[in-house]
Parts: sequence; C-alpha cells; structure tokens
Amino acid sequence: MTVIGIGLIRMRNLFAVVMLSGIYSLLAAFLYVIMDAVDVAFTEAAVGAGIATVLMLATLALTGTQEKPSRHTNLLSIAIVTVTGAALVYGTLDMPEYGDPDAPIHHHVVPRYMNDSAHEVGPPNVVTSVLASYRGFDTLGEVTVIFTAAVGVIALIGRIRRRRSLNHDARLNERWADTMSSKPVLRVLTKLIIPLIMLFALYVQFHGDYGPGGGFQAGVIFASALILYGLIFGIDTARRAVPEWMTRLGLALGVLMYAGTGVAGLVMGGNFLNYSVLAHDHLHGQHWGIFTIELGVGITVAAAMVTIFFTFARLLPVDPNDEKRS
Amino acid sequence: MSVDWGLFNYWIVVILMMAGFYVVIAQGNLVKKIVGLNIFQVSVFVFYISMGKVEGGSAPILSDAVTLYSNPLPHVLILTAIVVGVATTALGLALVVRIRDAYGSVEEDEIDRYEQEQED
Repeated sequence: MTVIGIGLIRMRNLFAVVMLSGIYSLLAAFLYVIMDAVDVAFTEAAVGAGIATVLMLATLALTGTQEKPSRHTNLLSIAIVTVTGAALVYGTLDMPEYGDPDAPIHHHVVPRYMNDSAHEVGPPNVVTSVLASYRGFDTLGEVTVIFTAAVGVIALIGRIRRRRSLNHDARLNERWADTMSSKPVLRVLTKLIIPLIMLFALYVQFHGDYGPGGGFQAGVIFASALILYGLIFGIDTARRAVPEWMTRLGLALGVLMYAGTGVAGLVMGGNFLNYSVLAHDHLHGQHWGIFTIELGVGITVAAAMVTIFFTFARLLPVDPNDEKRS
Repeated sequence: MSVDWGLFNYWIVVILMMAGFYVVIAQGNLVKKIVGLNIFQVSVFVFYISMGKVEGGSAPILSDAVTLYSNPLPHVLILTAIVVGVATTALGLALVVRIRDAYGSVEEDEIDRYEQEQED
C-alpha cells in the first residue's frame, strides 16, 4: 500500500494515477477485514474502488489526462512533510500498542455498547445499533452532509450544459451506443449482473441488523448498479429508467424519513430520535426506528451517488476531439 | 536497541498521510491534489480502525460462540466518513470542472499566469 502511495506521487499520467488510487482503496478494504471492521470494508470496496474511481475518470475526461511537469523543485515541501512526519511518529511513541485490550479507547462508552446493546437496542450487529440508535444524531448529520454535497454538485456544474447544443444528451447517447455495440460481452454480462447487484443491495439493506451491512453500504451498491447501467448503455438510456425527478425526490425523501422518524419519537412522548416509544414494546420500537432510518439513509445515499454521477457524465463531450477549446 | 513493532501500524499511517500531504502541497495539478487528499483521508481511516482492533477479538456482531469483540465505535465513525468522503470528493471534482471551464486549465501555475494577464 505504501508502495502504491509513493507511486502515486511520481506518476504524471493521471489516468494511471486514478487506477492506482482505486487499487489503493481496495487494499485498504482488505486491511479493514483483517482488523475486524467488516462493515467498513464493505463501504470502502464499493465507494473507493467503484464510485470514486468512476467519478475521477469522468473528471479526467473533462480536464485532460496529462499532468504538466513542474519546473521548480519542491525542497521546501519535502522539508515540511519530513518534519511533520517526524513529529507525528514521535507522538505515536506514547500510543497504546496495536491490539492492546487495555487501551483507553476500549474503556469509555464501549463496554456499554458491547454488553447492553442486545437488550437495549436489539440487533446483533453492534455497528448498526451504535450507528442508528446510540449515535443516531451524528448519522443524521452525516446524511445531511451527503445531501448537501449532492446539491452542491448540481449547483456548481449542473447548469453548464445549458450553454451547449440543444440535443447534446441525445447525440452523446448515440455515440455511446455506437461504441458499445461492438462490445457484446460487456453488454450481455452487464444485463446479467445488474439484477444480482440490486438484489444484493436490498439484502445488505434489510439484513444489516444481523450481519455486516446497512443503509450506507446498500445505497452505494444500489447506486453502483445504476451507474454501471449508465456506463454501458448510455446516460440518456439510464436517465429514462431513473428520471431526474426520481433521484432528486429520493435525495430529499431519505433525509426527511430520517428526521421524520426522530420527530415521530418526539410526538409519541420520547426524545428526538428515541425509537423505544414508537411501539408498545421498546425492542419493537427500536427495530422499527432503525429500519426506517436505515431505509432513509439508503435512499439518500443511492440518490446522491446517482445524481452526482449523472451530473458529471452529462458534461462529457460528444466527440472527444471537439473539446479542445481554451 | 529493540524496535517496538507494536506501533508499526501508526508508522504506516504516518507515512501514507505524509505521502498524501506532499501531493496536496507540492503538486500543481488540481485533480492530483484531490487524489492526494484521498490518500490522506484513507490513512486517517486506517488509523481509526487499527485503534479499534483488539488482539484475538472478532468482528462486532454478537453471537453466542464469541466472547471477545473489536471496538465497534471507530467502525461506525469511519463507515459514515467514507460515504461522506466520496460525496465531498465529488464536490471537489465539481469545483475542478468549474475551474477548468472558467480558466481552461487545471494547473495552478497556468491559472496564476492567467490571472496576472487579466490584471495587466
């Protein structure tokens, strides 16, 4: 992983850089599995190696793939980096050792999560209980950040296309179809695996209480199925399957479902985001609460990823050679 | 002098973090800078997850057969941070695309020169 990190600095071809950073993410996912963080590994593999790479490639198509060599040397930067690194390594000397069960991080609120979450919240997957129930407020904030980022992307580059030719989308789609008609293996395989990816996303969504998974992962996996469809069959075709109003509605609906569940808790006489009051039995209440907010998270994340992807892809030039204006 | 390999995970994190930091401050290409930020970000993720690991523990999914679990709290924080990370990365890339639209370049030097010319 370190080797790849260093390689990334040296390389000037940005296309290779983006591919390497995908591999880097995948390696990180393996590391997370080794360190018992299965939920995290899931997310990293889908996000880092999948969606982030596609987005970077779309940006490269818009900005050019070759980096200009810089003329001035970077001795000052190297010095700063070395000094900072040395200071950080010096700081680690006081840190607890890897895997030490007596490290302070394991002794504050965590024993309560481990011992009591089974009868306070219910799901066997403690990550889900902490994410959705104990720290539900944090997660609400994070979903809002994702929502805001997607809105920001639309605001920044969603309007550029207005200045392009009118039938830009249709012509882009046509060229896409031309390129892809010569690749039957890709098309057939994609048609085969897209339903499976979607089914898997739903499984991850609804089984997240018992095994690794949950709204964040499911949303990303579901979005990656739609993005794959868009990549192979053209943006316009995918937009007909998932129209713009649908993703924009989903974007807001998910956040509203989450916040609405919190308000429902208030109305039923509990605190904001306290699910225990949602049903007669507090475990049932927790179950319903977690189910709803995870669904909300899944919808928002999927809609945000799809929106961001289509906003980028829509900008791609019909003919790569007519984009050489400056 | 014996080297304490128990802290090895932190050193890897520091090396990766500095690699990302170097890309961000030293390289002029804006897309590359965002890749650098990503490297930095993943190194922080690895740092958190490695702190949560308990020797001999297993993944924090309760089961009768297992008695020792790794710490679930960092997992929660990082899980959401990854998705937020990709959303903010997308925002950064969108800014890059806008800059390219306005200046015709994503190299810092060229953008600076363009601004100079505009002032003259």
